[in-house]
Amino acid sequence: MNQPAKGPAPAPAGPVLALKDVSKSFGAVRALHEVSLSLCPGEVHALAGENGAGKSTLIKTLAGVHRPDGGQVLLDGRPVAFHGPADARDAGIAVIYQEPTLFPDLSIAENIFMGRQPRRGLGRIDRRAMHGATAELMRRLGVDLAPERPARGLSIADQQIVEIAKALSFDARVLIMDEPTAALTGAETARLFSVVRTLRDGGAAVLFISHRLDEIFELCGRVTTLRDGRLISCEPLAGLTEDDLVRRMVGRELAGRYPKQRATVGEVALSVQRLTREGVFRDVSFEVRRGEIVALAGLVGAGRTEVAQAVFGVDRADAGEVRVNGTVLRPGSPTAAMAAGLALVPEDRRQCGLVMAMSIERNIGLTGLGAVRRRGLVRRTLEHDRAADWAVRLRLKYNRLADAVGVLSGGNQQKVVLAKWLATGPSVLIVDEPTRGIDVGTKAEVHRLLSASAADGLAVLMISSDLPEVIGMADRVLVMHEGRLVAELPCRSATEETVMAAATGLAGRTAP
Amino acid sequence: MGTAAETREAADAARSGKGRAGRVRSMALRWDTAVGVLLVAVIVVGLGSTDGFGSAENLAFAFNDIVEVAVIALPMTLLVVAGQVDLSVASMLGLGSALTGALWNAGWAFETIVPVVLLAGVAGGLLNGWLVTRVGLPSLAVTIGTLALYRGLASVALGSDAVTDFPDTYARWTVDTTTVPGTFLTYPVLLFAVLAVITAVVLHATGFGRSLFAIGSQEKAAYFAGIRVKRIKLLLFVVTGLFASFTGVLFTLRYGSARADNGLGFEMLVIASVLLGGIDFDGGKGTLFGAVAGVLLIGVLKNLLTLNDVANEVQVIVTGLLLVASVLTPRVIAAVVGRRHRRAAGTPS
Repeated sequence: MNQPAKGPAPAPAGPVLALKDVSKSFGAVRALHEVSLSLCPGEVHALAGENGAGKSTLIKTLAGVHRPDGGQVLLDGRPVAFHGPADARDAGIAVIYQEPTLFPDLSIAENIFMGRQPRRGLGRIDRRAMHGATAELMRRLGVDLAPERPARGLSIADQQIVEIAKALSFDARVLIMDEPTAALTGAETARLFSVVRTLRDGGAAVLFISHRLDEIFELCGRVTTLRDGRLISCEPLAGLTEDDLVRRMVGRELAGRYPKQRATVGEVALSVQRLTREGVFRDVSFEVRRGEIVALAGLVGAGRTEVAQAVFGVDRADAGEVRVNGTVLRPGSPTAAMAAGLALVPEDRRQCGLVMAMSIERNIGLTGLGAVRRRGLVRRTLEHDRAADWAVRLRLKYNRLADAVGVLSGGNQQKVVLAKWLATGPSVLIVDEPTRGIDVGTKAEVHRLLSASAADGLAVLMISSDLPEVIGMADRVLVMHEGRLVAELPCRSATEETVMAAATGLAGRTAP
Repeated sequence: MGTAAETREAADAARSGKGRAGRVRSMALRWDTAVGVLLVAVIVVGLGSTDGFGSAENLAFAFNDIVEVAVIALPMTLLVVAGQVDLSVASMLGLGSALTGALWNAGWAFETIVPVVLLAGVAGGLLNGWLVTRVGLPSLAVTIGTLALYRGLASVALGSDAVTDFPDTYARWTVDTTTVPGTFLTYPVLLFAVLAVITAVVLHATGFGRSLFAIGSQEKAAYFAGIRVKRIKLLLFVVTGLFASFTGVLFTLRYGSARADNGLGFEMLVIASVLLGGIDFDGGKGTLFGAVAGVLLIGVLKNLLTLNDVANEVQVIVTGLLLVASVLTPRVIAAVVGRRHRRAAGTPS
């Protein structure tokens, strides 16, 4: 194995937190094997690796959730043993997760000071002091959020800010951010980055995990790459290319990031006419033809997911109609949409895409209970064979098809959702953020699959916030802004800049 | 097969709790077997220790004695698997009984009374289902309300009277002294057995049954998969109402007495049986075999305790303890296994 620049690169100052030759096994599975990492004050350090490379285990070791089997955790150069997350927190280590879990009915200030509110006489909570301290934290972060606002209704981006403020209130010196940008819009990401830079300049050490390589290059100084639980490299990002980084992560070249196949564009498969849901989206009209991949771009909250769900009948539209292969769909019925040849791979695969406690084969079988039946009864062998067939076609990685789908990695779960819908033999496939939170390798496989399906005559509508994906995959790009379709860009004139301009409402109205 | 990285993913997930859910599920699947084994053990102990327990007359009596609970437990199992519950079943039994009595008093023919009573059951089920699926109320709250409502309607129909002058034509087929020749099976128990087999096939071998598990474990995902969640729930409540009203007629004939307060508190016995059989109250898990074993276990225990002159109050306490134990045991096992697993993984919990 080619291992460039193994071992920590020279650090700008003495590390505040470090791992030295840390190993960690779970049963027979080696999650980390002699991995070293150092985080220095004033640096943003990227952690890269595919799903299953050991990133989560490493984070949990730093955060005191796991104890290493071998090696040491060093705090300010001295070995420490964290006996739980509380120890790590007291040592000044804070973790910000992709989707923070705040108490929805408590205010921002109450969330930040949960369990350690400033007190007045008789144990009463000193609201004024609490709100003052919160406002001060927000000022330091350069963010405008009112302390008394309830957490319910805050965007994920704002919730993360609250978590960061909470970390600050603990005087955290190390901030670990686990895919914080996965659900953020461009503007929110930019704000988060400026907050992170503020913290960095204030002397904090930040460990940043993201599947979006451009973000790593934009924000971070050094990068540590893991593969199969081993340290592959630790090096400055300056001088590296995205392809270098991908090669380190997957251990091989990824041929063609966006494998777009040529497809003959056929007749109209999906036609949406003046679809409207009051207060959500209005007068949305578009068509998708067989063999086409049409991207639906826009900022989070522009109404893209809502349009997809109304088309599929999960939500009811107030006006407008949806035709699949020329037949008007009965509104508000996913069952009717399915029967007409429509399939929806939803954005929230954990809640809507899969029944987590059910087995892989049963999840795949769920959309085809008619197909695995003989004389009215479900045949388990038919169900199993059908699932096995799709597992092979999608290169699903699993132990047994009878395992609960919840034990699979995110990328493989997404493959199961795709299998479940492709198995219905749809003529229109709507995919909502098909590669969010999925590692580079699986992402490329999903792209290949979508492209091949389109080449076979499937009409694909792809909602995505990942602009390179939109540009790389789509034949046409539809852009939504505040509930309206504002632009339709053909493949050749769609660039990240033109799409973003339309999505933010800057571009002139070029809608059809 | 999975690569090394994938195995790790699986191990990761197993630790993070989703895998534990899978183990608890397989535990629940074994739990129903355990209840079956316990049932056999109790019967064997009963045969060895209690005189008269094994006689055909006693066995006919013992099983016929809980046949209403057993019949209602069948649709209740489907409801609980789908994440719902119906507490109004015993009141529906009472309403069925009261209607039978009132209409008989009014001079109706028995052949006309039965369809009318069953129709009332369907109507009651429709109301429950409508409130749950269309108005969007939780089934627990809805059926606590209709529990009172249907019992109230039963009192309105018959007051505090008891109607007892039913003809023997039908009644004799329901009592424990009439058995299928050569066996200790009474006709109501035979009917239950047939219904149980049908219900088992529906739950475990049809697409409809599969969708109940999906609805019970993750309703939203089921809906997104094109399953008609509302229609299915509505249907379940209707079938439950139908079965409950039918047991109203059965109970009336068996005891030769129609009263508004017949079957008071039976809903707890039904739910106890279903939970004892390993059907998860949170939905999505369980087998019909478990539920049937649960109801038979409660019936056999009740009979054994009676034969051994244990007071009725104590019987109620035993049933209650059994229920608590049945809900608690799988969780305790899961917790112990989980802790051992975590310790093996070297993770401080």
